[in-house]
Parts: sequence; structure tokens; C-alpha cells
Amino acid sequence: MSDFPWLSVLVAVPAVGALLVGLVPRRRGVLAKALGLAVSLLTLGLTIVVALLYRAGEGQFRLTEQYGWVERFGLYWSLGVDGVALALIALTAVVTPVVLVGGWDEAEPTGRSGKGFVFLVLVLEAMTLGAFAATDVLAFYILFEAMLVPMYLLIGSYGGPRRSYAAVKFLLYNLLGGLVMLAAVIGLYVQSATLRPDGGTFLLSELVGLPLSPQAQYWIFAGFMVAFAIKAPLWPFHSWLPDAAGEATPSTAAFLSGVMDKVGTFGMIHLCLPLFPQAARDLAPVIVTLAVVSILYGALVAIGQSDMIRLVAYASISHFGFIVLGIFALTSQGGAGATLYMVNHGLSTVALFLVVGFLVTRRGSRAIADFGGVQRPAPVLAGVLLVVALATLSLPGLATFVSEFLVLVGTFTRYPVAAVFAVLGIVLAAVYMLWMYQRVMTGPVRPTTEGMRDMRGREALALAPLLALLLVLGLYPKPLLDVINEGVAPTLSQVGVADPEPVQPATAEGASG
Amino acid sequence: MTALTRQVTEIQSPTIEYGLLAPMLVVFGAAVLGVLVEAFLPRRVRYPVQVVLSLGALAVALGMVVTLADRVEVAAEGSVAIDGPTLFIQGTVLALSLLSVLLFAERRVDPGGDAFASAASSLPGSEDERTLTAQRVQQTEVYPLVMFSIGGMLLFPASNDLLTMFVALEVLSFPLYLLCGMARRRRLLSQEAAVKYFLLGSFSSAFFIYGVALLYGYAGSVRLSDIDRAVSEQVGSEGLLLAGVALLTVGLLFKIAAVPFHAWTPDVYQGAPTPVTGFMAACTKIAAFGALLRVLYVGLGGLRLDWQPLLWAIAILTMVVGAVVALTQSDVKRMLAYSSIAHAGFVLTGMVVVEPAGISSVLFYLAAYGFATVGAFAVVSLVRDAGGEATHLSRWAGLAKRSPLVAGVFTLFLLAFAGIPLTSGFVGKLVVFLAAWQGGAWPLVLVAVLASAVAAFFYVRVIVLMYFSEPAPEGPTVAVPSPLTAAAIGLGALVTVGLGVAPAPLLTLAEQAAVFVR
Repeated sequence: MSDFPWLSVLVAVPAVGALLVGLVPRRRGVLAKALGLAVSLLTLGLTIVVALLYRAGEGQFRLTEQYGWVERFGLYWSLGVDGVALALIALTAVVTPVVLVGGWDEAEPTGRSGKGFVFLVLVLEAMTLGAFAATDVLAFYILFEAMLVPMYLLIGSYGGPRRSYAAVKFLLYNLLGGLVMLAAVIGLYVQSATLRPDGGTFLLSELVGLPLSPQAQYWIFAGFMVAFAIKAPLWPFHSWLPDAAGEATPSTAAFLSGVMDKVGTFGMIHLCLPLFPQAARDLAPVIVTLAVVSILYGALVAIGQSDMIRLVAYASISHFGFIVLGIFALTSQGGAGATLYMVNHGLSTVALFLVVGFLVTRRGSRAIADFGGVQRPAPVLAGVLLVVALATLSLPGLATFVSEFLVLVGTFTRYPVAAVFAVLGIVLAAVYMLWMYQRVMTGPVRPTTEGMRDMRGREALALAPLLALLLVLGLYPKPLLDVINEGVAPTLSQVGVADPEPVQPATAEGASG
Repeated sequence: MTALTRQVTEIQSPTIEYGLLAPMLVVFGAAVLGVLVEAFLPRRVRYPVQVVLSLGALAVALGMVVTLADRVEVAAEGSVAIDGPTLFIQGTVLALSLLSVLLFAERRVDPGGDAFASAASSLPGSEDERTLTAQRVQQTEVYPLVMFSIGGMLLFPASNDLLTMFVALEVLSFPLYLLCGMARRRRLLSQEAAVKYFLLGSFSSAFFIYGVALLYGYAGSVRLSDIDRAVSEQVGSEGLLLAGVALLTVGLLFKIAAVPFHAWTPDVYQGAPTPVTGFMAACTKIAAFGALLRVLYVGLGGLRLDWQPLLWAIAILTMVVGAVVALTQSDVKRMLAYSSIAHAGFVLTGMVVVEPAGISSVLFYLAAYGFATVGAFAVVSLVRDAGGEATHLSRWAGLAKRSPLVAGVFTLFLLAFAGIPLTSGFVGKLVVFLAAWQGGAWPLVLVAVLASAVAAFFYVRVIVLMYFSEPAPEGPTVAVPSPLTAAAIGLGALVTVGLGVAPAPLLTLAEQAAVFVR
């Protein structure tokens, strides 16, 4: 039973499901959606099995499997999960059905069938799961690049009036990063010829510990980082996200920012740190600086937004800054916090995009100024938005608080100044989230918002699991955190850094002496 | 008297290895038979006979190439080399020719019949032409012409001496000049293309033969192995050698449309009948790359330090100019022409490293590129309005709403050209870049990566047009093709996806084929 290729099956189920959805006749849109939902739930079930098997396993990478793809140059369909990968696989499996339910009717105004939407989401899920599970750098790269195409079609087919501009901008930004990374991948392969005389290898297990000259490390690290920083997105490579998220439908934006962009931050912790330890150590201050700029820039620009969806997108940029900050703080708390943040941000941002999407659909406008007093006609919706907004600004008791706190603590021990500036991001988050809530939900009921429908069954069904998870992980994050720590600890030891010794405050010494 | 007879009897008859030359002989034989068919059979049966004859001959030749696999020999008194690269390229050219002839034979998409003029000799716009069109006269001379051209393409990469190569070059070129001028629609554009192609092609042939003459002066032989020996022994004047190499290479680079010898490509690709364009873009380029590989690797390998820097410069120029100028194109055939120029640059990137990995990566890239190219031009031939093919890009707006299938397949080909993973184009780029970097040409790889990013922009632009733009009210229709075109497009798409997902078998084949006989 242990030889059963669970991870390949996990990737294959949504892929095959997508094909089945593709075979459904165009007019049977509801059937396609139901089938897609069933497939995504089956994937979620498989993920639970994978998680249980992971707990029963040993070693850094578990459930490993490896099949030759193009063995001639060391390309393998090689899969395996560590704690970090498992957490993100679980996130993907949870979010996909939520997105399908949340975006149930979204395709209808465009005059297209929901079938295409479900098909593309399932293809994306398969590729994302594959990227998280891949332990062959080239296989990861192939999936990393290929997933741009279905997302591009999702944005371009179902989005708002400027969708084609946004889709092209999204694709070109990411393609440029991807091609730079391709050059770096090739460079890495050529360097790895020292391991195998007959060429090189793409296998992560063999590449870790590859002796590289500092020069080579810097360049190849930079090539990988450009791709991941664009995908994540990190300032100054961020400008595609507000456009893409703003023009896409809310559920597409939720999947994009909640799950797909995590492949970028996942790549940083999964590939950049273990493969290029010296470059990671030496260049960490630069990246930490960029991360702090992202946090503050994203938050400040979010405050200035008059468009709700763009506000959420800029808030995401700010939060991605926290994730990158935690990764490159190179401490165990920072790494664990960043990984936990990837999961929590995924949950909270998907919820936020969906709630805001529900509001936008009702009012037919994305401008904050067009709302006001919504909490009277739609109290449940208002309550949910409040909870999600509080999760976004990391209120203690909700999941995001734990991760943000860990990131800040982990950063403070190594980069105190960066941590101090990053804390400002929390304050700013309170400003943009609560201010948006205030302008949209409170105040007198406007004629336009009068009689606004409250949350319906389907909408509540989509959001309930996310809210429950945010609450549970906020109160009891230990199981997830244990898994993540198992993944982060070996990575940091590969980088060759230990946590800084805690500094004893002088006053404490004086008091005890 | 006795002395004379003795001399006469001592002349040895040349030995010709017919088995090794069989694929070429079959194709040339079919071409000659095709001429006889034109002369003696009544008009109404010519079409089926010609189509069956051409397709049959190509299939038989392809089968013969397959049975010849693993042979590494010199044939016909040393003037033809049958080895891995030859057979790989012959096989690729034959397979792509099969698809192209399927497109030549398409008679359903144009209301007037096939893609070719009723009679190439009738003046455009004349009474003569109108009468012929009204009578629905359709000529079938294109089949022997294309078969002669294919025969030349089979010999071109196999030529082991420069004179044979020159003959092959002319045999493949002359029918192409004619075919370019035979479009049924927009005949003036087509004839202009033919004249341009003919004039510039003649110039390049002159360069080529001048180069051959100089090299003969240097080495005392036109055989590639003799030239190689002369180069390594450093006999003769170096000026003669370098001038000869330069002129010879210009002739070859013209055929692969490398910058700065590319100026003919967009006009000719645009003017030629679309099936011919697809055939030229795929088969001619592949055959010419085969010949260039053989000349550079077998004949001038000892001189690589001299030609490598030049080839670096040409590869960079070709990639950059092809990708950047393609951005400004508004005609889909011209855009594909510039894209084919950029692809020639990518292939050259793999060629600059004189290693087996370079050869095999180039071979794979050519096969991947060829199938996507024939498929893409086949799709172009389906999008039509009252004036024939609607090649202006603005006419393609919203095509996906009209025909999701055609738009989807074209998107696949464009993604392959752009090098998106899980298509053949990605694997092609990957192996070429790998070979180049392993050979130390990493700056070329960086330029190639940036050029790919630029190129992606114009491919994506077409996808945007097809999917996200509103269709024009009187936009073009998508013709429903006969099974011939459908088969060509289907096979092209199948190979494009197949080589993207499971490239291992063809990669192995290309790797095994990467040894030249000397």
C-alpha cells in the first residue's frame, strides 16, 4: 500500500476531472459545475489521506515517487512532500471547492458557460498541486510556467471590461520571469555536471549540497528569485496583480492571489534557500528590504484605493511582503511563520475576495463610495466581512495573527529595524480594512443599497469552511505548525544558519544580580 | 589504336548504391511520372492520380528512410552521405511534405477550387483568366513541381560535396520560385513574391557557387572531407579559404532566412499560396539547416574558431530582429514569417557549439518547429472572407466565438512557438539552450531567453485577438475543410502536444542520429 503513487493520483484526479468536465455538453452548465465540485471534493478527500500518510511517514520528503520522464537529461516525474508542501497542498485542496462554489454563477453575465470556468479551475488545481509536490526542478518549472495559460484564459475570458489588458499584462510579466528562470534552471543543470559526468541532473535531492562558486550562486539565485518575486508578487514587480485581480472575477482573483501566487513564495523557501545557501544568506538583507518596502507600500496604496477589489489586491501585496520577510529572516520562527502565513493568507484573502465579490455583484459597482449602510439590509454579510477584515488585519484569536506574530518575532531576532518597520504594516492594515468596512457597511442606508439581499445559502456555504478554519487555526494552530516546522527545520539547516542567541536584556541581569 | 581501346576499357563505371539513394529516387521518379501524367492523362483524372502518386511516393520514401536507419555510409562515389543527420532530416522533411501535399490537395475551402491559379500563365485580371475561372479549370502541375522540390530537399542535406549540394539547391529552389507565383487570389502579390524570391535566390545561388569555386581553388576538391583535410593541413592561401567560406555560408544562410539575409522572407511568405508558404517555412528551412550543419561540421569543423564568432553575431541578430520586427506586423502570414526568422535564430544558437549535443538539439528543434509551422499555416488557410484568406490580423478578432476549435488549435501552435511548457516548442528551446550553455555559449542563451519573451508578446497578442475581442460584424468565416486539411492540422497538433509531453523517444532518436559520416 505504501508504494501506491498517492501524489500522482492527487494530481491526476483534478486533471482527469477537467477532461470529464470538458466532455460535458455545453448546455449542461449545471452538470459541469456539479461534476467539477465533486472532483474537487474528491481531491480534498485524497489530500486528507495524503496528510495522514505523511504523519505516518519518516524523513524530510515523504510519499516519494519517481518515474523517468526524459531521463536523457535527468527530467523525472518526481514527487514528494515535506511539511511546507503538505500545508500548501492542503490549502489548494480546501480553496478549490470554495472557489467553485463561490464563483458558481459568475460566468453567466459574460454569456459564456460555466463549463469553461470549471474546466480551467480544475486544470489549475492539478498544476498547482503538481508544482507543490514536484521534487524535480525542471518538472516544477514546467508546471510553474504551464499554469500561466489557464489563469490567463480565466482572467481574459470572464473578467471585467479591461480584462484583456489585464490578462496580457499578467501573462507577459510572469512569462518574462519564467524565461529568466529557465535560463537559471539551465545554468544550474550545466553546473550540476560535476555530480554526473554524463550531463547533469534536475533532481532536488541531488542538487541540494551541489558545490557552486559564489559567483554562480548569486546569478542563478537571482534568476530564480526574479521569477518568484514576480509571481509572489514582491515590490517592485507587483504592478500586474492589482490589474489582474481587479479585472478578473472575484473567484478567479481569489484563486490567483490565494493559491497560485503561493507557488512563488513556495519556490523561495523550497528551492532558493536549500539550493543556494550562500547566496540566500548574503542577499537576504536586500530581499528583506524589498519585503519591508512591499509591506508598507502595499498598505499605503491600499489605504488610498477607492476600488474595493484593488484595495484587497494591494493588501495582498502587503501580506506577501510579510511572507517573504519571514522566509528571508532565516530563522526557524520566521520560516514557520511565513509558511503558516501562506496558508492563512490563502484562507483570509480568498474569503475577502469572495465577500467583496458578493457585494460588487449586488451593487454592480466596485467603488467604495457607491456603498454605505449595508449592514442594515444585509447584517450577515456585514458580519462576515467584519470577521474577514479582522482576520486580514491579524486580530489575535484569528489564524493570521499567529503567523504574523511569528514572522515578526523571527525577523526581530535578526533584523530588528526591519521588524519595527514591518509592524507599521499591521497598523496600516487596521486603517485600510476598518475604514473600508466603515464606509461600506455603516452609516445611513443609501437609496442604492436599500433592500440589498443578505447572504444566500450558496454564498454562506462557500465561506463557512474558510471562517471555521480561520477560527480553529487561530485558537489551535499546533497541529499545522508542527507539520510546517518539520518542513522548515531541515531547510534552514541546509542554509546553514542557526537562530540568533536571544539577547539577555541588561536590566534583567541587573535585577537578578 | 590499341592504346586508345585499352584506355577506354579502363574507365570504371561508377558504383551507385541504389538502396541508399532509394528514397530520393522514389521521389524524383514520382516527379517525372507526374510530368508524364500531366502530358498524357485526361484532365479530369489528373487530380486523383497526382494526389495518390505524390502521397504514395512520399509514404514509400518515408518507409525506406525508416528501414535505412542506422546506416552510416557514403554513396554514389562519395558525393552523397547517408548518415544519422541525413536520415533524420530526410525523414522529417518527408513527413512534413506529406502534410503539405495534403494541404496542396485541399479543394473545398475556396469556392474556386484549390489554392492555385487556374493557369499560372494567364494574365491577372485578363479575360483569359476569367474564362478559366468560370470554367473551374484547376491545374495539377503543382504536384510534380513540389515533388521535384522535395527531391532536392532530400539531396541537399545529404550532399557530401559542394557541387552536388549546389545541384540540390537549385533543384529544390526552382520549383519553389514557380510555386510562389501560383496563388489563385491576389495574384499580383503572388507574382511579385515569386520574382523577388527568384532574383534574391539567384543572387544567393551565385554567392554559393562563387564560394564553391574559391574553395576548390583552395583545396583542389569540392568534397567536404578533402576540404576538411586541406584546412587541417593548412595548404594554400587563407584568403581564398575565408572568402570561399563566407560566400558559401551566405548562400546557405539565405535559405534559412537568417538576418541579414532574411529580407525576402516576409514578402514571399505573404504572397505565396498558403500551402506553399507552410511547405517552404517548414521543409526548405529544415533541409537548408541540414546542409548548413554538414558544411560547417564536416567540411569546416577545423575552421570553427573563425566561423563561430560570426555565427554568434548572426544568431543574436536573427533572434532579436525576428522577434522585434514581428511585433509590428499586422498580417498573420508576415507575422509568422518573422517568427520563423526568430526561430532560425534559436536553431543557430544550438548550432554554434560544435558538439553532438548541438546537432541533436538542432534536429529535435527542427522537427518540433516544422510540425507546428505546417499546422499553423494550414489554420491560416481556413480563415477566409469573400476576397480569399483573411490574413489581416484585425480580421481575426473574436475568432474563438465563431469557431472555438480552430482558434483553440491555432492557440496551441502559437503557444508552441512561444515555448510554453507541455508543448513541443518548450522542449525544443530547452534542448537547444542546454546544448548552447553546455558549449559555453551562455550569453547567447540569455539573449535567446529575452528574445523569447519579446516573441511571446506577439503570439499572445493573436490569442487575445481571437479570444477576448468582439468579432467584427462582417468578419471572416472559418471554412470547413475536407478531411485532407483536417488531417494535416490534426497531425500537426498531435505531434506538437506529443513532443511536449513525451519527448523522450524523438530525443533519443535525434541523439543517436547526431553522428556525421566523413
